[in-house]
Amino acid sequence: MTRDIAVVAFAQTDHRRTSDELSEVEMLMPVLHEVLERTGLRTADIGFTCSGSCDYLAGRAFSFTLALDGVGAWPPISESHVEMDGAWALYEAWTKLLTGDADTALVYSYGKSSPGRVRDVLTRQLDPYYLAPLWPDSVSLAALQAQALIDAGEADEPALAAVAARSRADADANPHAQLRGARPQGDYVVRPLRTGDCPPVGDGAAAVILAAGDRARALCERPAWIRGIDHRIEPHGLGVRDLTDAPSARLAAEHAGAYERPVDTAELHAPFSSQEIVLRKALRLGDDVRVNPSGGALAAHPLMAAGLLRIGEAAARIHRGESDRALAHATSGPCLQQNLVAVLEGDPR
Amino acid sequence: MPEVLKAPLVVEFPFTRSLGPVQSAFLTGLRERVVLGVRTGDGRVLVPPMEYDPVTAEDLRDLVEVAPTGTVTTWAWNPAPRRGQPLATPFAWALVRLDGADTALLHALDAPGPDAVRTGMRVRVRWAAERTGAITDIACFEPYAGPDLDGREGPAAVTSEPRPHDGQFADPVTGIVAEARLDYVYSPGRAQSAHIHALADRRTVGERCPECHKVYVPPRGACPTCGVATTEQVEVGPRGTVTTYCIVNIKAKNLDIEVPYVYAHIALDGAGLALHGRIGGIPYDQVRMGLRVEPVWTDDARFPDHYRPTGEPDADYDTFKELL
Repeated sequence: MTRDIAVVAFAQTDHRRTSDELSEVEMLMPVLHEVLERTGLRTADIGFTCSGSCDYLAGRAFSFTLALDGVGAWPPISESHVEMDGAWALYEAWTKLLTGDADTALVYSYGKSSPGRVRDVLTRQLDPYYLAPLWPDSVSLAALQAQALIDAGEADEPALAAVAARSRADADANPHAQLRGARPQGDYVVRPLRTGDCPPVGDGAAAVILAAGDRARALCERPAWIRGIDHRIEPHGLGVRDLTDAPSARLAAEHAGAYERPVDTAELHAPFSSQEIVLRKALRLGDDVRVNPSGGALAAHPLMAAGLLRIGEAAARIHRGESDRALAHATSGPCLQQNLVAVLEGDPR
Repeated sequence: MPEVLKAPLVVEFPFTRSLGPVQSAFLTGLRERVVLGVRTGDGRVLVPPMEYDPVTAEDLRDLVEVAPTGTVTTWAWNPAPRRGQPLATPFAWALVRLDGADTALLHALDAPGPDAVRTGMRVRVRWAAERTGAITDIACFEPYAGPDLDGREGPAAVTSEPRPHDGQFADPVTGIVAEARLDYVYSPGRAQSAHIHALADRRTVGERCPECHKVYVPPRGACPTCGVATTEQVEVGPRGTVTTYCIVNIKAKNLDIEVPYVYAHIALDGAGLALHGRIGGIPYDQVRMGLRVEPVWTDDARFPDHYRPTGEPDADYDTFKELL
């Protein structure tokens, strides 16, 4: 069964360094209300709900069950959760809609990194035998990738700085971004990456609503149709990979149909400046593609929401008529370990 | 708005993990100062070795010994080592392709500064003094200026060609304990902070849902039925009714309470759902549904120690049946 499925609404919090006056559900709930309001739907009208989050970020076991309080899950709703970025929750919701079991889906994700030390927390997702006992933090692993890129002659520090500067300049127009406007590159965090090459650590949430066929047309003036979506993963051994490339991103893009026609916009989930350079090459994005007009992950990086934000931002540009065909990308794990690519289109104007 | 409450929260999880045959041989080998790799179907040598081919997913069992010397394939200078990392002084992270291997292994490289490190430089393993069969048996790598192929002390000279190895060692390591500790600063959010502040005054405060009017105690900020914020604060209790209970017969670790004792759901007067508490001041076999109770506070406590009978007549079942 083939169905046309679209992103019909998107909402996000302001992303901030800390939100310690709010619990996770208190941070998330206004976003859920906002995204529902945009479509006029109520919880009871939603066919399927799927969320993405990670208990390790804030150190709260089963935090997603408490977050579900913000949905209003009674009478019992059809619901699922992934311990991943919300982009993968969206993937699950998309497949659910494809089966015809539901016509609408609410997808949300949230992350509160402020209570913990996120560089340490992320070491716990690594191979527990050969990597985790060394506690190699997320910036260090990204720095190994950046150095490989420099050694290969595909980037230098000014090129990395240019990515950082463009991202934060673009974020000036994004009221939700955490880092807006130019700032110095700063000192090395882990050489060759400087403060400016790294994402801000912060808290935030995002939500989108998906709808199928005529339902989507009724709920949104210009739906962002998901023409294809796919996700692929690299071998887990870092030393097995060519860190200057992202073959899994390229394969996901192929399966999502990204190369069938040019895109005008790309929202890339590149937490580090060097990773945007890897992704541009892997995804074959030319200079005519508008990359990360939202400011991207270098301007706001609420973990578990940052990938869903890319899909939401790309869809919102289509809703507003600022894009006709956009690529949205989400990543997970060290050095672009796992990659999801979605291709979104608006109806011809 | 009351001040934001914060408290340290430490999460520790020492997982005990079993090893497959390849990982077991590799980690036991490190204990014996031997670095093993595994050969794939297409002839490549993976170090560190994997149980399955990363491309074809075939079982890999063809072990080989490689040299403890190698070449840096990429690196990153870490000026501020973090807890748990291999060295306490600034060091380089490095991916090192050992002589005889086709893939690289991640570890620390001890060097005086970033100017002393470059991709392509030669390094060798520095073994930990105490080795247990873990990746940390390699203390780190260190710069190596000697002859390329034999940096290892010991009986066997190692050549750049990987040599077959049967993976057999006396007393092989079959598992590891992966210690982990993460530190957080916990803050409970708006609704729970207000609840905890009130408890400090020995008052129990819940929040009412603006749509269904249910009063949640303790409040979590949202009505799970309606999906809206609870905002109106409502003081409940102090007295309440036992709605249901159980008799605990097994003493919990670190709990200084004699068994058997009764643990109950208690609906405080005015609350829309029951909370949990221990019942004291009455023999355990006389506790019953409908028993009226009140909180007992101990000095400096932030919450009631337990609940005891008030002496009132029992509550009628119809008054609490919706709260079961």
